[in-house]
Amino acid sequence: MKAYKLVAMIALLGLSVGAMAESVPDEKIATLRLAPLNIEPTPPAMQKVVNNDVKQVRSYPMQPPVIPHKIDGYQIDLKVNKCIQCHSRTSASSAPMVSVTHYMDRDNNFLTNLSPRRYFCTQCHAPQLDAKLLVENDFIDIEQLIKAKAAVKH
Amino acid sequence: MKMNRRDFMKANAAIAAASVAGLALPTSASNLITSSEQTKLEWNKAPCRFCGTGCSVMVATRDGKVVATHGDPKSEVNRGLNCIKGYFLSKIMYGRDRLQTPMLRMTDGKYDKHGEFTPITWEKAFDTMAERWKATMKAKGPTAVGMFGSGQWTVWEGYAAVKLMKAGFGSNNIDPNARHCMASAVGGFMRTFGIDEPMGCYDDMEAADAFVLWGSNMAEMHPILWTRITDRRLSAPHVKVAVLSTFEHRSFDLSDLSIVFTPQTDLAMLNFIANYIIQNDKVNKDFVNKHVNFRKGTTDIGYGLRPTHPLEKKAKNVATAGDSTPMTFDEFAKYVADYDVESVSKLSGVPEHKLIELAELYADPNRKVTSFWTMGFNQHTRGVWCNNLIYNIHLLVGKISTPGNSPFSLTGQPSACGTAREVGTFSHRLPADMVVTNPEHRKRAEEIWHIPSGIIPPKPGYHAVEQNRRLKDGDLNCYWVQVNNNIQAGANINEEGLPGYRNPENFIVVSDAYPTVTTQAADLILPTAMWVEKEGAYGNAERRTQFWHQMVKAPGESYSDLWQLMEFSKRFTTDEVWPADVLAANPSFKGKTLFEVLYQNGNVDKFPLSDADPKYLNDEAKHFGFYVQKGLFEEYATFGRGHGHDLADFDMYHKEHGLRWPVVDGKETKWRFREGSDPYVKAGSDYEFYGKPDGRAVIFALPYEPAAESPDEEYDIWLSTGRVLEHWHSGSMTQRVPELYKAFPDAVCFMHPDDAKKRGLRRGDEIRVISRRGEIKTRVETRGRNKPPVGLVFVPWFDASQLINKVTLDATDPLSKQTDFKKCAIKIVKA
Repeated sequence: MKAYKLVAMIALLGLSVGAMAESVPDEKIATLRLAPLNIEPTPPAMQKVVNNDVKQVRSYPMQPPVIPHKIDGYQIDLKVNKCIQCHSRTSASSAPMVSVTHYMDRDNNFLTNLSPRRYFCTQCHAPQLDAKLLVENDFIDIEQLIKAKAAVKH
Repeated sequence: MKMNRRDFMKANAAIAAASVAGLALPTSASNLITSSEQTKLEWNKAPCRFCGTGCSVMVATRDGKVVATHGDPKSEVNRGLNCIKGYFLSKIMYGRDRLQTPMLRMTDGKYDKHGEFTPITWEKAFDTMAERWKATMKAKGPTAVGMFGSGQWTVWEGYAAVKLMKAGFGSNNIDPNARHCMASAVGGFMRTFGIDEPMGCYDDMEAADAFVLWGSNMAEMHPILWTRITDRRLSAPHVKVAVLSTFEHRSFDLSDLSIVFTPQTDLAMLNFIANYIIQNDKVNKDFVNKHVNFRKGTTDIGYGLRPTHPLEKKAKNVATAGDSTPMTFDEFAKYVADYDVESVSKLSGVPEHKLIELAELYADPNRKVTSFWTMGFNQHTRGVWCNNLIYNIHLLVGKISTPGNSPFSLTGQPSACGTAREVGTFSHRLPADMVVTNPEHRKRAEEIWHIPSGIIPPKPGYHAVEQNRRLKDGDLNCYWVQVNNNIQAGANINEEGLPGYRNPENFIVVSDAYPTVTTQAADLILPTAMWVEKEGAYGNAERRTQFWHQMVKAPGESYSDLWQLMEFSKRFTTDEVWPADVLAANPSFKGKTLFEVLYQNGNVDKFPLSDADPKYLNDEAKHFGFYVQKGLFEEYATFGRGHGHDLADFDMYHKEHGLRWPVVDGKETKWRFREGSDPYVKAGSDYEFYGKPDGRAVIFALPYEPAAESPDEEYDIWLSTGRVLEHWHSGSMTQRVPELYKAFPDAVCFMHPDDAKKRGLRRGDEIRVISRRGEIKTRVETRGRNKPPVGLVFVPWFDASQLINKVTLDATDPLSKQTDFKKCAIKIVKA
């Protein structure tokens, strides 16, 4: 059982065993292209914005959540901030209120309203398209890391 | 959205599944883990890996992995904030396709230019490289080897590279990708002030009454600085923001004065403002009389194309492009008088009232004004002129070097300033603004480096664009690329870069963390440590130097650029690479390795391993047996201390969250050239532009001249290229972060709906974007964040499957040698 757990731990930590042991032709090396340099690949069809309102788990507590809905045509400018109509503290909408950090100024004092330094929501938050990843990412969530470690110890 | 009962059950099911998979859950009374042993993270500071803003982030590690990052609350730059890219820094090192081992193109076990990439050992990699380098230098001399580096090199990596090339191989063929990014800014600073980098700092943003963006989409490219401007604009309603661009973008959302102008006419608008200030008697005469000289610059200087190009043959003053002659204020006034509001309005397509409103922001003596610019000015065939002309305006009204009055050149890379500019990793430069063409400067460098006189060649090497041309022509045969992706980033790669890299005479080495299209065009790929996998230092756009410690190990057999450079130097002896006469005159250097003469010179190896904080990893120091980063930094700092570029002691930077140079007596400098805030300004002088011998800055008379290529009947529309918020440069890091990838997965062609309609196109249609040089396939986008006017399209360059730089033109500013990526003529047809 212990050996099994160790394998699970290695897999979780992303320690590749014997990665890249074989030769790769040049058109297969650039993972984000996967085409010869003198060929023009056909661009994928435009993807749709994920619009299901399902909250995505954050990778860590401080990660700004991605937007689980369309924001096409949302106005955020000198005149109006469309996002805050639903995401403010006082909104009747079921949309989550922006984090309290968004009420703090540069010196971490709380303001009566949304801090102007956080005014442009799209600087940190973006909707997601239903695009297929070209490369997987082996970032490990801290909870998984702790559990994996605990599993090895037990 | 609250978690309802069903969601909660789902979450619990996931935990149950985890335990079935063999991951026993920790025994705990609660469903929360609370014991500090398990919840505690190790937090350390590091500058962000991306742009030149230089935000500081706190990085959490646990069990050898980066597990979280957030904005550093103690950093003056960002005070706890990050942009979307910065918030996802935790993931940039964990793309599954990290390079793990050196790979050489081979067939049947031997190097073959057309072979497949085959894993080899580092020993074999360095052997192969050294063999090629030695044979090439023996046959053709040091000008046949070269290096293309980066504004993403750490300070000591860039410094070690300059030493290896200029003091080791005796070749000035080293240039950074920063050449594409801010060479024009450097040219502007040196020409107007005689010393590089902004006089002001980010504190200007809380003090200014007006901001003018000249060709800079800060909302997407410098988001954290944009939060500071937004904060200022929205919390102080008298503040005005003017945004100038050739197309409408997200920065226009905060704009009080929105100006979309015809490409290249910024030159005329700048001169109009100077003219307006003079005509309306708004010149700060006292300031101008005491602190400014006037000069008239050479015109008709060509477009930095190959000498055989018709435009170069036609241009009269290519050889004397940088020359200028003295003139009087009255002569200058007469020179700019041609740029009246009617003619400039007609040329630029900007309504007269907007031009006047813009000029008033500068002319009004009661308004503190800060100008920002980035690639709109710098990537311009008259980029140095643009920089000179904006300084003209600030100097005419004396709005400079005081809080809020600031002509501010922003940079795109995290250490474009700290490494590329300050260390001097350009083909013509040495550390601390010195140049190879100046015998005194060479002498000083040779003295500090403890190498014989006569090693550093006096002739500048090949700059970035020239390197690609020389690779193609077979003059440059051994080429090492570090920390950049120039096959994606360089202009006109179809005609220059690709044929250059694939020229059978050439051997191309690319060091990178990830496989990019540049590695695809290479012959040897070296897996490289990145960011917090090594100890580093970056310098941001406000002269702030920031350090970080190594926090985690690099994967597989990856090593840092520093390790690679220094290890490679061990393969050469002075006898193999230095001129025989120099060695004959300095016999004590004979038979020594370059490692010994460059890095065991008594300076670099001065600090023992025990000086390094044992709390942190330091793979390089352990490998070489001394605190290599400290030794390199302290030797490098010798160049600037006492010469206006003072850096603090090495150890101080590990404690502070960045310091702005010159750091004199432990104090940083916020505003240079003004008495009281800059220790280098002499008492009683009020202002002193001490980069110039007489302490006066220069106002230059320079005209509007047309772009290198403009739309015509066949190629009927302008192409501008650039970035998007979610991806940094060529996307080699950000395209591997799922959330960033899914935010903007593929490049598109942003186009005015009327331009689409005219060509029978609709949103989402597949199109070919074609220039005289090459083409790509992409899709039409008529909505979204960028709204070009009729007659111009914008295509971002982050997408490795849509190499828009096959289409762009490699015309450069003849003064700065920086490419204009913002203007060329294309046509668009349905695919």
